[in-house]
Amino acid sequence: MFLTHSPDGTACLAGVRDAAGVPAAVLAAGMIGFGAFALEYGFNVWLALLCTAGIWALPGQIVLLEMVSNGAPGYLSVIAVMLTGARFLPMTMSLMPVIRHPRHSQPVVYLTAHLISMTSWAWAMQRCAGMPQERRLPYFMGFAAACWAVSIAATAVGYFLAGWFPAPLRLGFVFLTPVYFLVILIGDVRTVLAAWALTCGAVAGPLFHLLSPQWSVLLAGLVGGTLAFYIQRLHGQSHH
Amino acid sequence: MDSHTTELLILVLSSAAATYVWRGLGVLFSGRIRTDSELFQWVACVAYAMVAGLIMRIIVMPTGMLATSMLADRLIACALALLGFYISRKNLFVGVITGVAVVVAAGYVRGI
Repeated sequence: MFLTHSPDGTACLAGVRDAAGVPAAVLAAGMIGFGAFALEYGFNVWLALLCTAGIWALPGQIVLLEMVSNGAPGYLSVIAVMLTGARFLPMTMSLMPVIRHPRHSQPVVYLTAHLISMTSWAWAMQRCAGMPQERRLPYFMGFAAACWAVSIAATAVGYFLAGWFPAPLRLGFVFLTPVYFLVILIGDVRTVLAAWALTCGAVAGPLFHLLSPQWSVLLAGLVGGTLAFYIQRLHGQSHH
Repeated sequence: MDSHTTELLILVLSSAAATYVWRGLGVLFSGRIRTDSELFQWVACVAYAMVAGLIMRIIVMPTGMLATSMLADRLIACALALLGFYISRKNLFVGVITGVAVVVAAGYVRGI
């Protein structure tokens, strides 16, 4: 088999093996929650799976569900999803020089870029540095594609399980997504700027929802995020 | 396929393409422009604030199924989830499972 005998195949399988553990389990928890959420918001299962496979970013997927259910115009929903995905630009820019090798073709590199997620990025930035350059991209592909496949399967599992369980358990499934993000966002704050952005956003979100549900996600992000940015700048300047 | 589903399909595909734009541009720009500029910082702030606002809104003013639970129960669940996360030395599973278990238990106690 080419997978086990070529060096690329070996690197790729090593990636798959490393993903099958904590990374896949954490992603599955989030995506099971998303599946339950999608059922709750009236998406059919294929659309839910397409969200995971195509958007491949949980915050964007939740924003899309939320805005569609609030009756926001389509273009606003796409703009909001796009804004939540902006982190992929600096992430991809920093990852590519690490994993790329001149022998990889452009289509392969652009295909690999689709598989980048917070989990695979953080993992690869740590692990790939200790590997020979030519092994890194196949290793990353194996790791990230395994994460992606597990997440698609978990979306289906969440979607169907949530429908079968009695009401209080279903409540737990739907609560999985908000509590997962709450813990990740608060537990992962690394900079003062991020802490301000979270605080301003958390206050702005419910407030703007009272004003206009359709615009709330986008406005809360723009106003809360800009406010946080300026608070940090003023705060920073007062120390100089 | 009914028109509502077609509309949703187009929305999901557009959202997927819009998200990929960042990944694709990331490949194109990698090694060419700096990522520590103020513009990048501001965009990161907006993205963070947007997700934080959305999650807070879902916890405080939920719609659908979650709206059948009590606000106090959800807030206690969140507090205990964070507590569980920190006392387990930042174990994401312990935190999330604690939060979910509290909401499910409260649902049974209140007879939802």
